[in-house]
Amino acid sequence: MKQTAPQTIPVATAISAENSQASGTTFHLPEEPLVVIQPSSKWNLINLKDIWAYRELLFFLTWRDVKVRYKQTLLGAAWAILQPLFMMIIFTIFFGRLAGVDSHGIPYPVFALAGLVPWTFFSNTITASGNSLVGSAHLITKVYFPRLIVPAAAMTAGFVDFALAFVLLVVMMIYYRVPVTAQVLFLPVLVLLTALFGLGVGTWMSALNVKYRDVRFALPFLIQLWLFVSSVILPSSAIPAKYRWVLLFNPMSGIIEGYRSALFGLPFDWPAIGVATILTIVMLFYSVYSFGKAERSFADII
Amino acid sequence: MRPIIRVEGLSKLYYLGGSGAAYSTLRETVMEVARKPLRYIRGVGNNSQILWALKDVSFDVMPGDVVGIIGRNGAGKSTLLKVLSRIVEPTAGRVELYGRVASLLEVGTGFHPELTGRENIYLNGSILGMTRREIEIKFDEIVAFAEVEKFIDTPVKRYSSGMYVRLAFAVAAHLEPEILVVDEVLAVGDASFQKKCLGRMRDVASMGRTVIFVSHNMAAVSSLCSKAMVLWQGQVEYPLGSVEGAVQQYLTQVHKITKMKLAERTDRQGNGRVRIEDFATFDSQGNELEYLATGQEIDFRIYYSSKENNVQNVSVAIGITSNSGSFVSMLSNQVAGDTFESIAHDGYFTCKIKKLPLMPGNYTAGLIIRSNDVILDWIQQAVTIVVEPGDFYGTGRMPPASHSGVLLEQEWTLNGAAS
Repeated sequence: MKQTAPQTIPVATAISAENSQASGTTFHLPEEPLVVIQPSSKWNLINLKDIWAYRELLFFLTWRDVKVRYKQTLLGAAWAILQPLFMMIIFTIFFGRLAGVDSHGIPYPVFALAGLVPWTFFSNTITASGNSLVGSAHLITKVYFPRLIVPAAAMTAGFVDFALAFVLLVVMMIYYRVPVTAQVLFLPVLVLLTALFGLGVGTWMSALNVKYRDVRFALPFLIQLWLFVSSVILPSSAIPAKYRWVLLFNPMSGIIEGYRSALFGLPFDWPAIGVATILTIVMLFYSVYSFGKAERSFADII
Repeated sequence: MRPIIRVEGLSKLYYLGGSGAAYSTLRETVMEVARKPLRYIRGVGNNSQILWALKDVSFDVMPGDVVGIIGRNGAGKSTLLKVLSRIVEPTAGRVELYGRVASLLEVGTGFHPELTGRENIYLNGSILGMTRREIEIKFDEIVAFAEVEKFIDTPVKRYSSGMYVRLAFAVAAHLEPEILVVDEVLAVGDASFQKKCLGRMRDVASMGRTVIFVSHNMAAVSSLCSKAMVLWQGQVEYPLGSVEGAVQQYLTQVHKITKMKLAERTDRQGNGRVRIEDFATFDSQGNELEYLATGQEIDFRIYYSSKENNVQNVSVAIGITSNSGSFVSMLSNQVAGDTFESIAHDGYFTCKIKKLPLMPGNYTAGLIIRSNDVILDWIQQAVTIVVEPGDFYGTGRMPPASHSGVLLEQEWTLNGAAS
């Protein structure tokens, strides 16, 4: 909480004229209040300076989430790898072998894993962020900090799992001798997109969850349905060209196809990635707006 | 000199949940919307369910002031602290803060049982607004203050409750904001630790920082604060001024409310299945008493009424506190005997005290009735009990009034009497 005061003046000098008995402490009373508390106006919703001032809290909450998760569970960090690994095995058996999905000549297990790793990151992010505010009720009712940090920390904590799962993906690519091209350099952009889109949806859900506890039950169901339209199991090319435009409304489809293009050197679907980027930005703005609106009453409702 | 905190016309309105819980489910909202047109036509508003937790509160605090905020439960003290700490937003009014604020509404906010003491210091410190640098610098001091050196790398779930509280307070005690907002955290820990906490707060104050302190404990407010203010139903009843004046005002207020008929009191909690109707004291001959005497045999009677005929497993308690707000004794059938198996529509509970051990003075008693540990009715500061001097020891002598407290049965012998 390092808030710098604009133009501070020493109290001692300011009051010396009227009160000679000033205490010896050198404390500077600023001209302008550091904080003004009043009913917030409609448009002054998110205070970025405030969030920046609390950036260390974001780090500590992330660190706590990761640490506690790995301390409490028997398998600890292994869960980050097991989840996509088992999904990959099941998908390979049912879709790769039985249904014979065309995976652009890439071995199906690697193809599926390249979709599952970002998908798991995304779905974990929206689940964790979505439940984060309600789960942090004891903090929210006791101490002030920018509330947006709570869903954001849930996302960054999930990023650690993502990094671990990515190691598995690299191992699998080496095992199946999938060649890597220069396109892999585009990967960080896709990771950022995944994180931001997950943050957007998760933040929105977390605010909704405070008001409507239905979200907790609806979310897992929504995620299951979402998986099937996100090009994780099938490439988007498996969908008839006539209907393929529908997938544009789901940024995750474009993003996941983007991962495959970057990793396997396949051609990028730029329109899909472009639309996904625009939708991600729209989602972020909308969720921050609706979060800010809800933020005012969190402590009253929770 | 300019104020460091300026509060102007602060108000906070709460809508008391008409539909039970404050949060809702989609179904309820859908139902609500469907019902609303109807309600609109009938012209039935929801206005009866509002509560002004704060109403037009204004005051200025000067740098270096230690301000005590006094008031009964529900007077708006906690709401005021929450607004000052930016946890809830005011409905109207404005607060200007000319310094960094740290608020301690509880100790150990965000402590995680799985994490070690060391890890929790960092986590809690950052939640309270300290930077990592600040925590690193103060780390050893915090550990020493909490006296947990040996267990610093043990998960706090293995700490005793005393150690836990000490560590939690230690982190909070090392905050160095210009304004410290504190809510009764001193009510935790053992006596020696409480002393340490009070000492620490005094240090903070003497460093020229501003402290806002809310408490029920008049003794703590008197010894710690330089100014005080009394809130009453969300409004300022005694404007920020002398501590003695504020404490006196508060005691008068408590006295006044305890004079009210219990049946008419609305400041009660519990589900209301059983209601406390009256409280009275009797001597051993059955004469009603207005004043009690030390050493006297007395019966406390709590009259109740119940809508049902067969409320089961009933426990009743009388909590006696001194004027300064500290707990003196708790009378409870659950502790001293057994719960009442079942009770009829109306009647009274009697608690017999063979020999009243209270020193002369004024006491306040809270009354609570529970069934299977669910609160049926609870009135805090329900009645005033006035105790007059009496002959406890049968010797005609009493300890000096300044040595207040309780009287204990005692026997003295001497080994080594001169023959």
